[in-house]
Amino acid sequence: MLEPISIDIAGLNLQALLPMAILTIGALALICVDLAVKGLNRSFLTMITILFIVLDFGAVIGYKGDVRGFFDVLLIDGISLIAQVIILVASALFLPLSMSHRHFREFKMAEFYALFMFMIVGFQCMVTSDNLILIFIGLETSSLALYTLIALHNRAKAFEAAIKYFTMGALAAGFYGMSALIFYALTGSVEIHQIEQVLQERHFEPLVGVLAATIFMVAALGFKLSLVPSHTWTPDVYEGSSAPLAGYMSIVPKIAGFVVAMRLFEMLIASGVVWLEYVLYAAVVLTMTLANITALVQEDVKRMLAFSSISHAGSMMAAILIGTTQANTALFVYWIFFLFTNLGAFTMLWIVRHRENLWDERYQHPYTKFSGLVKIMPMTATIMGIFMFALAGMPPFSVFWGKLYLISAAINSDYIWLAVVIALNSAVAVYYYMKLVVYMFLHEPVTIDARLYATNASTSLKVIVGFAAIVTIFSIAFVEPLLEVITHYVASSGF
Amino acid sequence: MEHILSLLVFFPAMAGLLGFLVVKESIRAYGICVSAIEFVLSLILWMVFDTSNPGYQFVEFFPFVPSYGMNYYLGVDGISLFLIILSTFITMIALIGLSIEKEIKNLVITVLFLEMTMVGVFVILDVVWFYAFWELSLIPMLYIIGAWGSANRMYAAIKFFLYTFSGSVLMLVGILYMGYLYHDATGIWSFALPDWYALQVPFDAQLWLFGAFFVGFAIKVPMFPFHTWLPYAHGQAPTIGSVILAAVLLKMGSYGFVRFSLPLFPDASVYFLIPVAIICIIMVIYAAMIAYAQEDMKQVIAYSSISHMGIVILGTFAMNGEGITGSIFLMLSHGIVSGALFMLVGVIYDRRHTKMMKDFGGLASVMPNFATIYGIMLMASVGLPLTVGFVGEFLSLAGFYRINWVMTLLAGTGIILGAVYMLVLYKKSFFGEVVHVENKTLKDLNAKELSALIPLVALVAILGIYPKPILTTIDASVEKMLVLMDQKALQDKTKELLMKANTIGGNH
Repeated sequence: MLEPISIDIAGLNLQALLPMAILTIGALALICVDLAVKGLNRSFLTMITILFIVLDFGAVIGYKGDVRGFFDVLLIDGISLIAQVIILVASALFLPLSMSHRHFREFKMAEFYALFMFMIVGFQCMVTSDNLILIFIGLETSSLALYTLIALHNRAKAFEAAIKYFTMGALAAGFYGMSALIFYALTGSVEIHQIEQVLQERHFEPLVGVLAATIFMVAALGFKLSLVPSHTWTPDVYEGSSAPLAGYMSIVPKIAGFVVAMRLFEMLIASGVVWLEYVLYAAVVLTMTLANITALVQEDVKRMLAFSSISHAGSMMAAILIGTTQANTALFVYWIFFLFTNLGAFTMLWIVRHRENLWDERYQHPYTKFSGLVKIMPMTATIMGIFMFALAGMPPFSVFWGKLYLISAAINSDYIWLAVVIALNSAVAVYYYMKLVVYMFLHEPVTIDARLYATNASTSLKVIVGFAAIVTIFSIAFVEPLLEVITHYVASSGF
Repeated sequence: MEHILSLLVFFPAMAGLLGFLVVKESIRAYGICVSAIEFVLSLILWMVFDTSNPGYQFVEFFPFVPSYGMNYYLGVDGISLFLIILSTFITMIALIGLSIEKEIKNLVITVLFLEMTMVGVFVILDVVWFYAFWELSLIPMLYIIGAWGSANRMYAAIKFFLYTFSGSVLMLVGILYMGYLYHDATGIWSFALPDWYALQVPFDAQLWLFGAFFVGFAIKVPMFPFHTWLPYAHGQAPTIGSVILAAVLLKMGSYGFVRFSLPLFPDASVYFLIPVAIICIIMVIYAAMIAYAQEDMKQVIAYSSISHMGIVILGTFAMNGEGITGSIFLMLSHGIVSGALFMLVGVIYDRRHTKMMKDFGGLASVMPNFATIYGIMLMASVGLPLTVGFVGEFLSLAGFYRINWVMTLLAGTGIILGAVYMLVLYKKSFFGEVVHVENKTLKDLNAKELSALIPLVALVAILGIYPKPILTTIDASVEKMLVLMDQKALQDKTKELLMKANTIGGNH
């Protein structure tokens, strides 16, 4: 006979659900409105979505409840708040890219915006829980929405990308399920903190089981975070998606994945299961190095940016490997700066998008397309150049400060060789970023028709680029406040 | 005078930004005016500089990221003062002598940004910001070489950039490790150089850190075997690029040795003294021999730069007042002389579009003024007494004589070899009959070129005859640094060597 369950409604801490609820309601409302009113303009849809994101942002910032909520499956600690802020800010900044000069079919459909909001809800679930099942639900909600969003771009390459992403994602989901299953079988719980407790009491015995669960989890998250060797989908998917979505994918799903990885792996690394540390160490070094070397030979800027984002993800995994408060702070600082710079770079690609592949049969953005851009559009070329140098980690631009703090975190925890590898990799990386700068500034222009480069430019795109450029250039002003806030939140949640 | 250093650093950058609004026709005049104002500012700095104070002056301090010890921290002492003046002076001279017409607006703006980074490197006392300026200086140079250079310019520009960038990322790891050591020892984060000076680094850590900084500086100097980017960069760069590269950018590396390697890691510096000295001697002799074999006038001067930088580094590692002061003076004189020589090659290149010595011959009869100035600069480069080149070379070698006289003798052959290749160059190009018809109608120096070159000639003579005001100012700061090194030295061997280097037979 089951015990009757009695629950106090106040004990549920329902306001913990509020952020996710806002966007869910928003998405449903948008679908209903679309049923009633036909032909809503994309500007209306975009702005309404942004407003819902703003409301959500308010709910996240203003949250003052318990750390636990809703049958203890929700965990609203410091890193979850930071991650949610990053996710929401990135979403609000990438969404206005729909208001480009030229019209695209997907941005006319209300479904796009509804799916976009569902996707954000999924990411929020991933970061605000330490329950393996809720994380899984979040992961799947967001991924399924994202596959569809990619396919909505309605090009042959977009379908290819969506299917490729879907297949790989399904495989990853399978691995995730296996891992969660083994953890449950071992410990009788699906909550990370309880798993940790039980495993620690038993000194991580039986080791075979723990290792199996861990390796499945590394594989599952490896797909999402595009770690070598499960990174192969990334460049194709980025190439097939529209530039705004590709940029979005390089930031938001990954930060959600990092938070999950942080919760799981840092517990396991701290356990002293040495083997996992080696596996992660190898994955980190390989991810950074191989992605960088592959990026060297790319002929298309978007593919180059895809490989470079894999390499950046590798550095982030280094932070998780190190696992100190400083390293975790470095992860968030790095990712925030990377967000703005990558936003700028992908928006630039979006601006120079042309309907036809004028420069190359195979690629949309070959390097040759940007030849001599400084002589055609000096301002565009200069800003793009700054984004490239910032991504390469040139001081004093944004990503440098994240990298600096990360290398410092590595050194402070005696990971000297890891620090050297990160540093050498940024020397390799500078070559392919510089390649674009060399094309823009040193080569002679192929065409002198500036209009070809601005067919998709619109005021809202220019505003976004300007905003990203200002943050990138004056990033030093944000370093101190960011460090203070993030260190506080990370430390308060025990990482 | 409170903020004169900030003004010095950011005035060219501000002017560069405003330069976007100046029309193309006036941009050259604009550039010259800005750089002249900047030069005057640096002279004012010298005037108000208190020569009796060997410490940092005009210090500006603003905590940028206090929780991590990164500050905006400026200061100038005898070691950096003249390098700042050299940077502003050479930029002004290079802009006066500028003969490029193509995309001149972008060029002038780039040079102004480059000036900011050069001055920044020499005045900054926060190591992370030092690194930032150090790296930033690469971007304008990349653009100058890559956009206005000759045929193979892109390869040269990329090679220059990648070499120096890879070297300096290792330096970054070193910087952060040093920050960690400081935090470990004191419990506070700080990247301020004066704070670091107070830290005694354990010997093993010193060896690694010296290595990390060494790679960054050695590539910039450039020291053998990292020198291969330099001939390419010079060979392809436009005149203004070569002038600034040779006169100022190379000095960042040797300045780094004086500013960082010696006072931060005294034991490691002494430990690595002989290997470094051997590299220097290889640089001096090997580069001189390659210079002799060159047929391109500009390559001769490029390799001679490597040869002279060898003596600069040798003087730095003499670990005594004469050697280090001499090496800093040699940096200045090499800046003036090599800048002038590259400019002279640019003059003849503009007229003939070739730099090959075989295409010339008998120029002395066609272009007497040009030949005279070229001759004076050659003599200064070789190190003829009473020219500016002699003072620095003599002091550097005299300083190192106390460490090891055999090595000094070997390095001294560099002067003889220098005389050989320079005089051969002069003979081939300027003496004899005018064999090529095109050379008969060459015009002598015009007013623009004269106004750029005459100040350099004057400096060569004045500083060659009376270098004392500069030497005493430098020496005060160098002596202070040597005392610091002696206090910090952990090992007896280091103290003994410093004692030996700074005394003659046990007496001062």
